[in-house]
Amino acid sequence: MRLEGLLEKHKRVIVNKWFDAVVHTYPADTARFLKSQKDPFANPVGRTTFKGLDGAYDQLCGEMETEMLAASLDPIIRIRAIQDFTPTQAAGFVFLLKNIIRETVGDQLREKEGLEELMALDARVDTVGLLAFDIFMRCREKVYQLKANETRNRVFSAFHRAGLVADTPEDGPETNKTIE
Amino acid sequence: MSDLPKPEESLSKLDHEPPRTGWMDAPVDIRKGMYCYSANPKSLNYTGFPHAREWNPIEDDWKLPENWQEILHRGFRERLDRFRSVKVFMDICVRCGACADKCHFFIGTGDPKNMPVLRAELLRSVYRNDFTLMGKILGKLNGGRPMTENVLKEWWYYLFQCSECRRCSVFCPYGIDTAEITIFGRELLNLLGLNIDWIATPVANCYRTGNHLGIQPHAFKDMLDFFVEDIEEVVGVKVEPEYNKKGADILFITPSGDVFADPGTYTAMGYMLLFHYLKERYGFDITWSTYASEGGNFGFFTSHETMKRLNSKMYAEAKRLGVKWILGGECGHMWRVIHQYMDTMNGPTDFMETPVNPITGTVFENAKSTKMVHIMEFLADLIKHDKLELNPRRNDHLKVTFHDSCNPARGMGLLDEPRYVINNVCNNFYEMPANTIREQTFCCGSGSGLNAGEDMELRLMGSLPRANAVKYVHEKHGVNMLSCVCAIDRAALPTMTEYWTPEVDVTGVCELVANALVIPGEHDRPTDLRGEDLPGWAEPEREETDAE
Repeated sequence: MRLEGLLEKHKRVIVNKWFDAVVHTYPADTARFLKSQKDPFANPVGRTTFKGLDGAYDQLCGEMETEMLAASLDPIIRIRAIQDFTPTQAAGFVFLLKNIIRETVGDQLREKEGLEELMALDARVDTVGLLAFDIFMRCREKVYQLKANETRNRVFSAFHRAGLVADTPEDGPETNKTIE
Repeated sequence: MSDLPKPEESLSKLDHEPPRTGWMDAPVDIRKGMYCYSANPKSLNYTGFPHAREWNPIEDDWKLPENWQEILHRGFRERLDRFRSVKVFMDICVRCGACADKCHFFIGTGDPKNMPVLRAELLRSVYRNDFTLMGKILGKLNGGRPMTENVLKEWWYYLFQCSECRRCSVFCPYGIDTAEITIFGRELLNLLGLNIDWIATPVANCYRTGNHLGIQPHAFKDMLDFFVEDIEEVVGVKVEPEYNKKGADILFITPSGDVFADPGTYTAMGYMLLFHYLKERYGFDITWSTYASEGGNFGFFTSHETMKRLNSKMYAEAKRLGVKWILGGECGHMWRVIHQYMDTMNGPTDFMETPVNPITGTVFENAKSTKMVHIMEFLADLIKHDKLELNPRRNDHLKVTFHDSCNPARGMGLLDEPRYVINNVCNNFYEMPANTIREQTFCCGSGSGLNAGEDMELRLMGSLPRANAVKYVHEKHGVNMLSCVCAIDRAALPTMTEYWTPEVDVTGVCELVANALVIPGEHDRPTDLRGEDLPGWAEPEREETDAE
């Protein structure tokens, strides 16, 4: 069977295994909770992760539209970017998929075409991995921006309200005006 | 670059579960972004806290006093004798796990030590070891462990990853209030000078000048006077707030965040417009105080004595001015202190009257002991008696949801009044999912003195469950405004929404009220209090201009 068909046929199994692998990057007690609690409002990390992986898998096996991929990956990475992970761990979960696919459908692939198809899929996974890293960086930059903004707003507001900030007059520099 | 993992290590870390170490043996790893800076010694000295010194949480040496274990043991003993609740909470937990997954910090961080049961177990393990016979005999077998420096650091790290929101206590079949355990634990840490600066300095400021930022009375008045100018520009009416007026009927106290931090400032302008309206229409007599210029009480996050001292300032001012009762603004923990602690600390108040709404005649029996009424109760009463002329269409560009702030919701049961008010001033209101509101509301992630800048990652993780529910109503109903009745919410939630749901803005409820309130003598109001155009309101005027 061709890889494309196998990926579609075994989607549920592969995505579940992928989810399982990602969830097990958390401590054991947490992983249990992330898997078992199905209410998205009681378990936003688990359910967001599952939904995102599911969507990313469809794109990976299909159109590979960047916007759709980013829409699936962003919510997962937005969470992992602030949790206790290294950048590799936060964004690198994408690469776990390579082994999972090999384990699940590897023995059903025909030798030569199968290898070529797998190599092509690996290249797709790599692309998704790089996108994941871009998203990770965007999230981290946002965190630093939020920190900087809070500090700036606090200081600026205090200065402004103390009357220490002279706003630029709308009608040009003071020197151009006629002194009455 | 030496701290980078080798490539093969990165991959193996990716593939494998974290090591399974028993929680007692896992050393605490104090991570940047998760903790707040240590307290400025000057601030601790000002309020008389012991062992004030410079120390850094990520350095090995915390410069503890030599006999720190003895101090802690004695402090623990004294509090077990003093607070029966602490003793009961130490003894009765059966570790059923009902609370485990209810904490926003556990849900967001995924760190098992943020499960309320385990966070409390950090203290219980020492309690068992030091204060129970079984613990002394069986030690670790009975879940006990001796107090070591590592345990102390763990206490500090995780007790400042709890916002005392009490969501976990809603689910505890025994009624254990884990927030009380945090309060107790933080009190012990204060015996060793281990507070955080975001709490200690506001406490010192509040004790000295009456508010967290240390703004002096004249500057506080200046700030409100700026609002008078802004209001005149937007509404065309000059409001005239009273300050420190002796013999006024009512004293108004609100968190200073409403006076100094956006978007709380618009809530403050909302209060001023409301009071102006009531004065013009009904002769309402209310005064602000430039001395009791803080409703917030960071003493609550420090020790019972400090909470009492800061709370007493509000009542001292009420006595000095000779008012009949106090009206309180949109605040979180101010209300928790008033509702749960004030009465036995500084009350019952015998020098004021049971609050009566002078406009409707409603007697606030619920406040007959504290003499302090929440502005949402007051507003709901006015609206119910049809005493406000409101035009909710002015808020039609908003799709509003309401975040129940932990303290008014769980701490005093204020659930329906804000909703009643919002529904009367807005036409588009949408609730978030049931398990994220009312008694089950999720914390903003920045409560109990954690809304500093250096712990941004912690705050964002803590806010995830709330943000997740906001995102849901945004996607389902197009919600674009998150309303709340707490100043810490107003300071913290805009940062949360910017990270998780940038399309949603944050407002206090009184800002919504003031935008809908029809003020006698107002001119055309094509903008809201923020000076932003109201869609549909400015157009006729523009058309006329075009025609000219």
